[in-house]
Amino acid sequence: MIVAKRKPMAEIAEMVAPYKTVKVIGCRSCVAICLAGGEKEVKMLVSALRLKAKKEGRKQEFEGLVVERQCEKEWVEEVEGKILDSDLVLSMACSLGAQTIGDMYPKKIVFPALNTGIFGVPEEQGVWSEKCVGCGNCIIHTTGGICPIARCAKSMLNGPCGGSSNGKCEVNLEVDCAWYAIHERLKLQNRLDLIEQVSPPKDWSTSHSGGRRVYVRDDAKLTQHQKKGKEAVR
Amino acid sequence: MSERKPKVVGFCCEKHGIDSAILAARSGRQYDASVRIIKVPCTGRVDGIHILQALEDGADSVFVLGCLEKNCHYDTGSIEGRKRVEYVKSTLADLGIEKERVEMFNASSTMAWKFPEIVSKMVDVARRLGPIGKAGGDR
Repeated sequence: MIVAKRKPMAEIAEMVAPYKTVKVIGCRSCVAICLAGGEKEVKMLVSALRLKAKKEGRKQEFEGLVVERQCEKEWVEEVEGKILDSDLVLSMACSLGAQTIGDMYPKKIVFPALNTGIFGVPEEQGVWSEKCVGCGNCIIHTTGGICPIARCAKSMLNGPCGGSSNGKCEVNLEVDCAWYAIHERLKLQNRLDLIEQVSPPKDWSTSHSGGRRVYVRDDAKLTQHQKKGKEAVR
Repeated sequence: MSERKPKVVGFCCEKHGIDSAILAARSGRQYDASVRIIKVPCTGRVDGIHILQALEDGADSVFVLGCLEKNCHYDTGSIEGRKRVEYVKSTLADLGIEKERVEMFNASSTMAWKFPEIVSKMVDVARRLGPIGKAGGDR
C-alpha cells in the first residue's frame, strides 16, 4: 500500500492560516491503514487546527470529511458540494488523492497535509517498510521474492556489494542486506543456482523516466457509446 | 466582577482512577470543584481526539488518570493512555500551545491523597494559563 506521513503540525497550520473556510478531506484506503489520513486522523487535525486558530484569534472554519478512495473521481464527487463551498481543501490522502481533487476542480486550491512516502508493508503495529519502488519491470521471481531494487541501498542486481557484513548493510547497520536475505531465501528454496546467473543491465525505461507513466487496459476502457450511456444515467 | 473559574477535565478510568477520587472524598480530603470527571472504562480507551475536543470545547487543562502502569486492570491500558497523552502534548507543542495543559497520571485505588494533588496541580495550570485564545471564547 501507499504509506504516507502527516506533515509537521506547524507547517500545516502555516499553510492554512490565510484561508477562512477549510475542508479537511481524508481517505479510507491506504492512508487510513497507515494511520496518517483516516477518519480519526482527520478529526484530530481539524480539532488541532481549530485550537490553533482560537489561540491566535483567527476566525476560521474547519470541517473534516472522509471519502472511501480519494484517488477515484466517483468517491470524490460525493463531497463535491463541500469542496465547492470551501476556500481551501486540505487533503489528508496521498498525493494521488490531492491531485485527483485538484484535477476535478481546477479553480480550487488543494494543499497536501501528508507527505506521501513509500510502497510499503506493515512489519508490526506502527512500523511500515518499503518493499517496492514501482520500477515497472518486476524481477522478484529470480530473487527469491525479495526486491533488490527497493531493499538494497544501491539497488544492486548481481549480488551484494563489498559493504555487506554479517547480513547487514554498510549504509545502515540496522538494515538487512537485501542480497544476504535473497541468498538465504534461495537456499531455503533449494534454488541457489539462480544466484549464479548474471542479470543483464536492467531496462529502466519502464521506471519513472520520460514523464508520467500511463497504464491502459483496452478491454476495460469504455466505448464512446458506453460513456454516453453512463453520462445519461448520471 | 467575580474571578473566572478554571475549567479542568479529568478522564479517569473506572477502576483505580475513579476509586482514588472516591477514596479521597470518603477520607475527608477536599479538592477543587472546578474539575469535571469523565469516567472511562480504561485510559487505553481515551484517544487524542477526546483530549483535543475537551480543549476545543473550553477546558483550560485536561488530565488522564489511570491505574499504576504495572498494576493496570487491563494490563497495558494505562501505558496506551500515556502514549496518547504524549502524542497530544507533542501536537500542542508543535502548534505553539502550552503542552502542560495536558497531563497523564497514575494512581492506585488506595492513594487517597493522589487525586486532590492531581486536581490541585491541573487547576494551578488552568489558572496560570487561562483559556486558549480569545477569538472563540468559552462555549
